[in-house]
Amino acid sequence: MPFLKRTVPLAICFLFGIVFLIQYFVPHQVSQQMLTTVNDWMLVISGFAMFLGIGSLFLQHADRIRRQVPGWGYSAVMFAGFLVMVVTGVLARGKTSSIETGQQTAFGWTYLVLFVPLSGTMFALLGFFIASAAFRAFRVRGLDSFLLLAAAFILMFGRVPLGEHLWSALAGAVPGLPQIGEISEWIMSNLNLAAKRGIMLGVALGVIATSLKMIFGIERSYLGEGGGKG
Amino acid sequence: MNLAGPWIEVALTLCIFSFLYRDNPLFKFAEHLFLGVSVGYLFIQVVFDTFKPKVVDPLSQGHWAVLVPVFFGLLVLTRAVPRLAWLSRWTFALIVGFGAGVAIPSIIHTNILSQIAGTIRPIPHRPEGGFSTYGMADLGTDFSNLLVIVGVLSVLVYFFYSIEHKGPIRHVARLGTLFLMVSFGAAFGYTVMARMSLLYGRCYDLCYYGSAAYGYATPVLLVVFALFLAVHRLRGGAGRDGSGGGA
Repeated sequence: MPFLKRTVPLAICFLFGIVFLIQYFVPHQVSQQMLTTVNDWMLVISGFAMFLGIGSLFLQHADRIRRQVPGWGYSAVMFAGFLVMVVTGVLARGKTSSIETGQQTAFGWTYLVLFVPLSGTMFALLGFFIASAAFRAFRVRGLDSFLLLAAAFILMFGRVPLGEHLWSALAGAVPGLPQIGEISEWIMSNLNLAAKRGIMLGVALGVIATSLKMIFGIERSYLGEGGGKG
Repeated sequence: MNLAGPWIEVALTLCIFSFLYRDNPLFKFAEHLFLGVSVGYLFIQVVFDTFKPKVVDPLSQGHWAVLVPVFFGLLVLTRAVPRLAWLSRWTFALIVGFGAGVAIPSIIHTNILSQIAGTIRPIPHRPEGGFSTYGMADLGTDFSNLLVIVGVLSVLVYFFYSIEHKGPIRHVARLGTLFLMVSFGAAFGYTVMARMSLLYGRCYDLCYYGSAAYGYATPVLLVVFALFLAVHRLRGGAGRDGSGGGA
């Protein structure tokens, strides 16, 4: 059993790692086709992983309904939302609008009426919490926090018409002062870019080192409990 | 005019925004509905955009090779059976091996070589028309290019822990910290503005559907929900209906 539990997965990882490492340097049609095929395989496998996740979610909520714990009705709402999308989706064969007539399908309607406002509002809500947390936590205690606040302020101010309008009035009084949009753009494409590149280079080196360790079986944490021992 | 859509949209938007007051049954309802709708949408996407074109259609044409990812996909499902869960390692190994193999050359190309090439620019750069036309704008470009080089190097020094940060190294690492602070501030500002644009979109819809053409959906539902929350509060409903718990 240790052979099936440990050696086979390590061999699969090594084989696919080496093959696709070499594949990058083979500009042949067969090589490109192989990459496309295995990319499609990954999409299919991730679909199965999604089924596992949905199954786990359903078991948890079905258990809440069965035991009638406080708030079990919300679990029923979750199932109702799922069923509405799945039934309309199957009837429309996954299309939000009809190919023949271009008319919106029932699935497209539920997507626009349920999914779009719910997801948009949920993420908009985060704007309040980010702003509120920043107001409570951000204090200028030194140069570091000053730079952080100044950059955030300029970025936010430079991307709204009100900020541009107010800054234009100030720029009119101070000759040679660039527009706030230009300052914000300069920060993004120079100061921000420099730091992002530094981080990106560090992350890239880390990813390469970890990938090599995984291909050669030094890093085995992805095998889970007992993966290293068999 | 079909009023069902606008009224549902307004109701769900207000249900989510009611969380700004406190955790309440309206929010919990919308939260769980969002969960179910999102999962349902994802399910349909996977079935009709992945499984149908990449598994069902090829199988119906006799392309048996697609049984390979189906086999490995089924192994993922063994996670649900503790005795067989170890079989899912084969699939994880495939995903990790493929990901690692593909990542190494592409990361070297895009995240290392391209980034270095983008950082190292000639100073002074040659303006259009040659050096005879070199002006203040070109001086600014050279200054910015130099700043990017200094920023990248100082940030790399900051993250280089193999040597102790003391003496001149400490000063360079300190400069790297300042660049990082500006970057974090910019990222924060950018994120807030992205969220604010979503908020603007929702507020626009609320105003738009508040008109007579849509049966005053926003003000009517706002009053109804406010009354509901007031009654719920007076009856001490929080906690009894599970509105204090998580999803």
